[in-house]
Amino acid sequence: MKEIYLDNAATTKLREEVKQEMLNYFDVVYGNPGSFHGKGLEAKNAVEDARERVAKLINAKSREITFTAGGTESINLALKGLAKAMKDKGNHIITSRAEHHAVLNTCEYLEKYECCEVTYLEVDKYGMVNPSDVESAIKPNTILITIMYANNEIGTINPMAEIGTIARKHNIYFHTDACQAAGYCDLDTEKLNVDMMTLNGSKVYGPKGTGILYAKTGIQLVPLVHGGGQERNLRSGTENVPGIMGFAKALELAQTEREYEFNKLTKLRDKLVNGILESVSKTFLNGHPTQRLPNNANVSILDIEGEALTLYLNEYDIYTSTGSACTSQTLDPSHVVLATGLPYEAAHGSIRFTLGKETTEDDIEKVLEVLPGIVKTLRQISPVNVAVEHIVEARSKK
Amino acid sequence: METEIQTQSKLNIHPDVKAKVESKKWFYTDTVKDHFFNPRNLLINDEEGEQYSKNADAIGMVGSPACGDALKLWLKIDKNIDKIMDCKFQTFGCASAIASTSMLSVMVTENDGMKIDDALKLKPQDIIARLGNLPSRKFHCSVLGDKALRSAINDYFRRSNQNNRIVVEGARIIDPETKTTDKDIEEAVLEGALNLEDIQKKLKVGISNKAVIPAVEELIRFYKEKYFG
Repeated sequence: MKEIYLDNAATTKLREEVKQEMLNYFDVVYGNPGSFHGKGLEAKNAVEDARERVAKLINAKSREITFTAGGTESINLALKGLAKAMKDKGNHIITSRAEHHAVLNTCEYLEKYECCEVTYLEVDKYGMVNPSDVESAIKPNTILITIMYANNEIGTINPMAEIGTIARKHNIYFHTDACQAAGYCDLDTEKLNVDMMTLNGSKVYGPKGTGILYAKTGIQLVPLVHGGGQERNLRSGTENVPGIMGFAKALELAQTEREYEFNKLTKLRDKLVNGILESVSKTFLNGHPTQRLPNNANVSILDIEGEALTLYLNEYDIYTSTGSACTSQTLDPSHVVLATGLPYEAAHGSIRFTLGKETTEDDIEKVLEVLPGIVKTLRQISPVNVAVEHIVEARSKK
Repeated sequence: METEIQTQSKLNIHPDVKAKVESKKWFYTDTVKDHFFNPRNLLINDEEGEQYSKNADAIGMVGSPACGDALKLWLKIDKNIDKIMDCKFQTFGCASAIASTSMLSVMVTENDGMKIDDALKLKPQDIIARLGNLPSRKFHCSVLGDKALRSAINDYFRRSNQNNRIVVEGARIIDPETKTTDKDIEEAVLEGALNLEDIQKKLKVGISNKAVIPAVEELIRFYKEKYFG
């Protein structure tokens, strides 16, 4: 059976071009960029070239780019690094309830150990942050606004430029987790009005364990990792040269192709969403109907549980993920789906399909062919019959 | 015949790497998989199912869709020999919840049925053992099965005027301020809260009433050993 991989928000397959680009840096250009000899200089030049290319893609300066070991590390560096550096100036952070756990759990850490105060903004029924809520939450001690560009679970794209304008107006730093947006959205840091931005290689067909933090000139950060002073003393440790080269190549390709991919995937995504909503009763689309990532389809299917559905699809070699409690480490259902106002029973039945470069129309047709039957089987097993009005009413209160 | 090692070296794959690459794509045991995809004793919601439900001697239901697991059991009981003769079920939940209930329905009906007194003694571990183990964070799924069974048996006792046999689930209040009971702590441990900090995050027990903390810690140890050995 052909594998149908619809979990591209979890991670993507490494692109052939990226793999080829990386190979050279394992055993040919293998020097330590910090070494004072030809072999080292060769590697250093490669890394600096990659930094410049990445900077250009996001309309930034080379020295504003720090290579890290992924999105989570970049977010930790941005939030903890800034909170520590600015502790004499303020301690208040504004974020939203729909952020990735890398942001939410870092905020929780800062509240607990760094005396920070965090405002978790509510989102609307589509999971979107309202810029005027951001403005009302600003206080004299606010040091940072951190709002994700696009949501990893439900795909909703936030009004970045507007939030950025508010941050600028009040002279407060604005960080965004742009990991999911990188393949489909404009990353121009000037247009977005962002001061810090996190990107991740493994979401754009690049290598896992790679990422960057962009931090505008003038921002002081206290490093998390201490040692040899690499990355302008912000991130010690010998540079992951193959990873850095792979990241730069992957981001370049992703940004070059983003409009083409956006249009192609929007069509496939809409076919999938409309197909599910038409062929399966008691289903809801999660996330914004239009302001969303082109590759994200997240639906709640009532009366069944997401893990069971995921495992049935797995039998057809269709790979998806769910917001059900059963697959999460904490045994809590998706905080994002709950934040949109859906009750728990709808969160347990949420399923996420995230399309990618290799997704074809046949793949979508295959899903639409098997899904109604699986849902029927699981509903036969289930003693539950949730009233649709109950869900509609819960949502209308948002 | 060439050995496995020879085949591997021919393929230029290190043995350890090969084992990892070829690891299976399923998360549970084959028994769980079998009962998940082919649940035994399922009650189908058709005319026949409706008839079965009407004629059942007992019905038990626990959980709710909001907590992520809900299950319903129907029993037919032979009064004269005090045995469960037939059992049907429906489950809303994950693979292990569905497989656990299916296995439970087999266990209480196999070998001409289970004595009610034996059924009351059935423990989650017995179901887990028959399934060939579950990941520890899925243990709570099988707890619901034996709870539903006890609730159904109590329903039978009520319907057959054997009120003296009804077993009330004893819950002891540990923290009067938060009304936390030993059962709440048991549930929380099963859901993976294995230390005081995690328990407090879930239950807020003993946060203002610090005097109860030793008792809470004692219970965490007890249930941790009970379920996770």
